[in-house]
Order: sequence, then C-alpha cells, then structure tokens
Amino acid sequence: MAKIPLSVDSGFHVNSNKPSEEYLIPLKLTWTSTGALEGGQVEYPKPSLEKYEFADKPLSVLTGDFNLVASFKVAATATAGPGAASGKLRYQACNNRACFAPKTVDVTVVYQIQ
Amino acid sequence: MRLLRLSAALATALLLGWFVWRYSQSQPPASGASVRPDKQRHVAPDFALKDGDGKLVHLSDYRGKVVLLDFWATWCGPCKIEIPWFIDFQKQHRDGFAVLGVSMDDEGWEVVKPFLAKEKINYRVLIGNDKTSESYGGIDALPTTFLIDREGRIASVHVGLANRKDFENGIEQLLAPAESNPGRVNLPALLMGAK
Repeated sequence: MAKIPLSVDSGFHVNSNKPSEEYLIPLKLTWTSTGALEGGQVEYPKPSLEKYEFADKPLSVLTGDFNLVASFKVAATATAGPGAASGKLRYQACNNRACFAPKTVDVTVVYQIQ
Repeated sequence: MRLLRLSAALATALLLGWFVWRYSQSQPPASGASVRPDKQRHVAPDFALKDGDGKLVHLSDYRGKVVLLDFWATWCGPCKIEIPWFIDFQKQHRDGFAVLGVSMDDEGWEVVKPFLAKEKINYRVLIGNDKTSESYGGIDALPTTFLIDREGRIASVHVGLANRKDFENGIEQLLAPAESNPGRVNLPALLMGAK
C-alpha cells in the first residue's frame, strides 16, 4: 500500500471523490503507469459534509491534511530493483465565496522490489 | 519477490487552493462607492469570442452600452447564485445594457449549452480562453464580474460571490444620464459651445 499525503490550505476545500452535486468536479487519482506493480486501486478518505453560502445543501468535501491510499501488488513478471508508478491527480478547490479552475498534478510512487 | 519499500512523493509541489486575487488587490474600488470615479477607470481589454451560434463577438461591439461581463463556469457553485440576478438585470434593463457571460469550462459548449437551457439564461454567453483570461489580469477565481461603462472602461470588479445590491447600484450609476454623473463631460454641450 502507498500513502499519498495531500494538504489543502486553511479556508479552502476540494470536492471529494463523490461530490454531492453532479456538476461538481471530483477528486480523482488515475495511474498512467505502474511499472512492475499491478492494481493501484485508490482508497479515498471519508469526506465531511459542509454547508457553504453558495450551496443549498451541504457539500461532500475534503479539507486540511489527508491521505489517499493506493493498493498495489508486485507483478509476476517483475524483476528486482527500483521503480516508480506515475499518476495524475485532478482536483477542484473553492473557498466559501469563489471557486478555482480544476487542476491536475503529477503523483509518483517510488518502490524497491527484491 | 517482495515489495520492500514503497513510498509516495508528489512530483510537483501540491499547492491546493492557492490563488492571486490580482484585480481586487491592485485596483480597489473607491470606498463606499459601487463604481470607480471616471479618472480611475481603465479601458476593458477587447476580445473576440464565439457565442452559441458560432458568431464571433467582440466586447467593442457593445460600445455605448453598459456591460456586465461575468467570467463563470458550470462547476462553480457561487456562480450559480449570481446568474439568476444577471437574468433579472437583463430583463429589467433592456436598453443601453447587456450582460455577457464568459464560460471558462474546458469542455466548452458540450456542457455549457445544456446548462444555458436548464437555467433559461437570457443573455449572450461566450466560451472563454486563456488569452482572454490573461488580458483581464488572469482570471483565477470564479465568478469574477466586471461592470463596464458606455465608453468601454472598467468601472468595477467583483471577485467571488458578490452582493446583489452592489451590482444593482453599479448598473444604475452607469446607466444614469451624464448630468447626474459627477466628473463626466457632456460632450454635446461642449460641441455646441465650441468656436
């Protein structure tokens, strides 16, 4: 398992991986290459439901510090040595009055197989 | 084989939620007023963007009218609060005023057209681009809304969810006849008196 630590600045939130409204952009980690590993299913943290001025109902969001956890297993054909799994994390952040363009950042998990 | 060591690192620094509210910091409106005095207004950058019919629209096409220029997106919750206000404003002020919405949705008309139909938006909407965003100082936060006077100058900027009354006051001030706007020069009177 790999922990990917994330941190959202105070006063801001990102939509969870399962937002309350269809029009909201979810938090999503997608692996583009896993190297000698297989799987990579992502477990997202439990979101909180927060009420904002601009929304009729509470939104499913993540704030502060949290981890994504990715589950990998070693491929049968893997050889010993270092490697890296690469992915893209997409998120969209708001504060209580404005929203900011969705962004995508690179994520890398380094590993060592013996 | 066993996986001995697994650690995660972000290839790039993750700065979720950072922003620069450039216009709100660099060009504050006059205190207590909805719009800036004449001398503090700069010309709004012109643009050429397409509307839902594929027609190329320029901001300069609206010279002579007061324009409410709204940068928004379908994924923006605060934007959805303001849009019904703008629909009302468009109904209330048919002459000499226009609302222009600029969508910053990456998916373009595919997501915007259904939204326009669902919300019954009665004003013109254009699809924005990076060039237009940069010309307006870099639109980082949505909604960002400009009130533009008849001479095509930026009279006020609202970054984030604003107060409806501020928009109403600003529009009324800009639509008011010249003689009720201090600092404005009545051009016809000048021409008549010129020798």
